[in-house]
Amino acid sequence: MKFRGKITDIACLNHFTRVVTTISKLTKTCVLRLTPDHLFFILPGKVTNGGVGMWCQLLQANFFQEYQMEGVTSEVQEICLEVSPEPWSRALKTVQSAKSVKLKLTRKHCACLTVAAELPTLSSVGRVVTHDVPVDVIPRRLWQEFQEAGVPDFDVSVYLPPLKTMKSVVDRMKNLSNFLVMEANLNGDMNLKIQTDLVSVTTHFKDLGNPSRDPEVMAEVTVDIRKLQQFLMGQQVNPSKALCNIVHQNVVHLVLLHEDVSLQYFIPAVA
Amino acid sequence: MPLSTQSQSQDEQYVLVANLDNARNLSNILKAITCKDHAVFTATANGLKVTVEDCKCMQANAFIQADIFQEFTLKEDMVIFQVNLTVLLDCLNIFGGSTAAGASTALRMCYMGYGHPLTLFLEEGGVVTVCKINTQEPEEPIDFEFSSSNVTNKVILQSESLKEAFSELDMTSEVLQITMSPSQPYFRLSTFGNSGNAHYDYSKDSDMMELFQCSTTQTNRYKMSLLKPSTKALAISCKVSVRTDSRGLLSLQYLVRNDDGQICFVEYFCCPDEEVEEE
Repeated sequence: MKFRGKITDIACLNHFTRVVTTISKLTKTCVLRLTPDHLFFILPGKVTNGGVGMWCQLLQANFFQEYQMEGVTSEVQEICLEVSPEPWSRALKTVQSAKSVKLKLTRKHCACLTVAAELPTLSSVGRVVTHDVPVDVIPRRLWQEFQEAGVPDFDVSVYLPPLKTMKSVVDRMKNLSNFLVMEANLNGDMNLKIQTDLVSVTTHFKDLGNPSRDPEVMAEVTVDIRKLQQFLMGQQVNPSKALCNIVHQNVVHLVLLHEDVSLQYFIPAVA
Repeated sequence: MPLSTQSQSQDEQYVLVANLDNARNLSNILKAITCKDHAVFTATANGLKVTVEDCKCMQANAFIQADIFQEFTLKEDMVIFQVNLTVLLDCLNIFGGSTAAGASTALRMCYMGYGHPLTLFLEEGGVVTVCKINTQEPEEPIDFEFSSSNVTNKVILQSESLKEAFSELDMTSEVLQITMSPSQPYFRLSTFGNSGNAHYDYSKDSDMMELFQCSTTQTNRYKMSLLKPSTKALAISCKVSVRTDSRGLLSLQYLVRNDDGQICFVEYFCCPDEEVEEE
């Protein structure tokens, strides 16, 4: 099992760092799945994370100028690691001015993802800084959980409103209630609603557009507001495409596309 | 604009309708009196008065005159209701409290009368948020019977000068002592805290002193915890008038200019903690 990737382009480094930072805001730990062409950040929707699921997919060639990997066996060209994105994000943020950054799977006192950065210096002698981020190798018998979740058979699919506006509204609603109802129809309408003994607040977004055409029926899901807020807090760049799929009273499936990165986030309905 | 497409018949049901192009002209001034959970709203032809009280010995009032609103319609002589102030502020700031250039939240506030919720329609950038806040049985605000004829001492200061003093006030002092006198030290704020006694003196001849009318020497102490919230009103004001009456009751009046340069007032009343005889 080997992995070695090198980034020498500064824009690629910035972008990769932003992706890892976004992931770190969404979850404390996740699965990093490496294949010859892709990197995946995966959080399988389990009861232990409150049912929240996440799937983020990157085309390796868009970030790494050099990329070599050898999977667990010669037939299985894949590696699955459990990582904490936060220390990884912190390490990457400190090397933004590096001439090159290498990402390697190493074994120190335990398995590590090592970030080795060549920093610019005034003298001819280069300076290398390494950060070792401990990881856990995930045995193959657990890998079936990390296959791509089928896109649920959704009732409604709608484009999200500007995330900044959504975040402002959700931040305030969180002060008022623990739960929020998200509803949308195929007419491009989306409503965020909270209701408590003290107050009811409904925000109406209109003309959002839908990716497909069908009759006008509202699908809704009641979610834990903190999970929606966590998703919105993580977003650092405006996506080129932002979609919301709703399975009535079941799950909200948020899809963000930005250049070459796709991020999917599943928020289950509260029991 | 969605807010103005309210149906005619619905409008007729409301006893109070108040419209503002910029909700901050209400939310900013309400923040200056937020020290307790709930507030009493009194609407008359003059405008809106919002009252917050603490321990029956401190009262904060915010006055927003009718002409500050783009529309202010009242179907009765006086409309009174009580709501949770922090909930109201969260609703007024639903689109974020920042002062981004060009972006302002429009507000339409409607009330159908006793037993009905306070309904807010807020709009920014084509997105509309509707809030229905449950009203509570209003507690009648205390009338401190502070009248101009009873005023013994009065000063008007530019807020700048007091802001520094108030931001440095020794919070370990249980009281804030205010001395007003026709002779030295004229106007003095004193604290008695763990680090010792501190005095802030303002001379009657100071540039910052716009008016100085003190006839008798008075020293009064007020609980620091009751007066500390007034710092919020001081922060957004340009002038403040400090008056005491023969009972030592304190009236602080703040002149506040809103985003559009219009004038609103905030007033704090506070009962004295104990009377201190000048030696």
